[in-house]
Amino acid sequence: MLLVISGTTFIIYKVILAVAVFAVSLGVAAYATYGERKIAAFLQDRVGPDRAGPFGLLQPLADGVKMFMKEEIIPTVSNKALFILGPSLFMITALLTGAVIPWGPDLVIGGERYPLQVTDVNIGVLYLLGVVSVGVYGIMLGGWASNNKYSLMGALRASSQMISYEIAMGLSVIALVMVTGTLSLREIADQQTSWHWNIIYQPLGFLIFFICALAETNRAPFDLPECETELVGGYHTEYSSMKLGLFLFSEYINMFISSAVMATFYFGGYNMPFIGRWVSDPNWLAFWGVIFFFGKIIFFIFTFMWIRWTLPRFRYDQLMNLGWKILIPLAIFNLAVVTPLIMLAFGKLKF
Amino acid sequence: MQALTKRSKVVVNKQLSFVEKLYLPAILGGMRITLTHLFKKSATVKYPEKKRAISNVYRGQHVLKRDENGAERCTACGLCAVACPAEAITMLSAERKKGEEALYREEKYASVYEINMLRCIFCGLCEEACPKEAIFLTNRIVPVEFERNDFIYGKDKLVEPMEKDKRIDVSIRETTEVAEFKKHNEYGHNQVWDGSKAIDTKKKKKAH
Repeated sequence: MLLVISGTTFIIYKVILAVAVFAVSLGVAAYATYGERKIAAFLQDRVGPDRAGPFGLLQPLADGVKMFMKEEIIPTVSNKALFILGPSLFMITALLTGAVIPWGPDLVIGGERYPLQVTDVNIGVLYLLGVVSVGVYGIMLGGWASNNKYSLMGALRASSQMISYEIAMGLSVIALVMVTGTLSLREIADQQTSWHWNIIYQPLGFLIFFICALAETNRAPFDLPECETELVGGYHTEYSSMKLGLFLFSEYINMFISSAVMATFYFGGYNMPFIGRWVSDPNWLAFWGVIFFFGKIIFFIFTFMWIRWTLPRFRYDQLMNLGWKILIPLAIFNLAVVTPLIMLAFGKLKF
Repeated sequence: MQALTKRSKVVVNKQLSFVEKLYLPAILGGMRITLTHLFKKSATVKYPEKKRAISNVYRGQHVLKRDENGAERCTACGLCAVACPAEAITMLSAERKKGEEALYREEKYASVYEINMLRCIFCGLCEEACPKEAIFLTNRIVPVEFERNDFIYGKDKLVEPMEKDKRIDVSIRETTEVAEFKKHNEYGHNQVWDGSKAIDTKKKKKAH
């Protein structure tokens, strides 16, 4: 049994890992904006950004510079403190969720285990749901502090949408937690070795979770909060410069994290079937684990974008109908089916 | 109620079947369609590097022609400006001085000739109105500028260069009638005229 590292090495390692996760989240989000525009273009038979650098690869950098250089306007009628707090909070909560994601199997250096996870909270699932809920405040504060009816409408829509879909999401997660028997993300990931991915046991749960994830990240077809045809820009109407950038950027970080969560919950996390046959060295296993994990994440990010450029936006009543009258009953049904099955399995098979 | 036309359709509020109510098959169908577009060739032409093939009689940037000897054909009659529906053309006329015969074909010429390329709709009516075969539209595209004023093209940009090899060929734009007319050398309009002496207006009248 290898020991988990401790002492000063522990602190240094954790700091390095936290900074790495932070940097990777930002990097992936930056290139997700590029990916979004490229995929949108390809799905519409266009080319997309291709002027900044080869294949337009420096586009995120150019966008970032543009965002910083733009004039910053804070409306005089706005509540200045809350106006600044809004996007900051949204960004912070988006970045906080990365802490509990297990990015890969443990590294083994000098007989000590280095887990590729910033912190393995034993209530990781609850932590995730909690932080995501706080994210709503960013939008709400931003919309409210702008003192603009469109911003307020957008913020209202965002908060009501997120609150409604959190219930269905929570219910689908409860079913998952009952199947896995743990709230720790690492344990959930570790259980899904070989082909025992949770998607096999929880197909309906995954569908509900996926739809809710779309709604939680404010992605199309659930992008009513920033519905430009009705609300100008929604909650970020009054925002300019990098504050607007933070709002837009957090959306991509949220997308990245929710893809990571979906991969961990339902698609085996860093596990890949049959990888153990070819690779036995734990460090190589960790390397491939991280690669597979990011492959899954990228697939989900692509799916998010693919859906965005296929489906039109919901109407507000349709959104509420789907959330309250379809997804929540479905999630309860899922729970009702899963519970007796687990009882049956425990009773007869004696796990 | 009796239908007024045969084309009218009765609206049916058909109840959706269970599968249709699920929406998921329809959504997956839509996603399949968008995915096929991922592998299609893009329709984009990357403009500054690649140019779309345009017709030979494309109506682009104007040219003010010189005659065979390099004298400007325009006499500042103003018919193009009158014909212009966008009122993009303005000009000032001047009288030709002694010694300028090599520069201007007739006694009167345009000292200032301006076309506002932002107003121009490239209809080609100026070309049709011109009695002197002085203005033509060419298949050149008006380049992009950063200032509005830069789009007002003066004679420096409009008049074709003096050098024979740099002249802009517009023969493709002639209709068959014009080509036929130009074969008749007896008309003063068609006479090749050596720069040293002015066209003999009396002779021109006689020819007509």
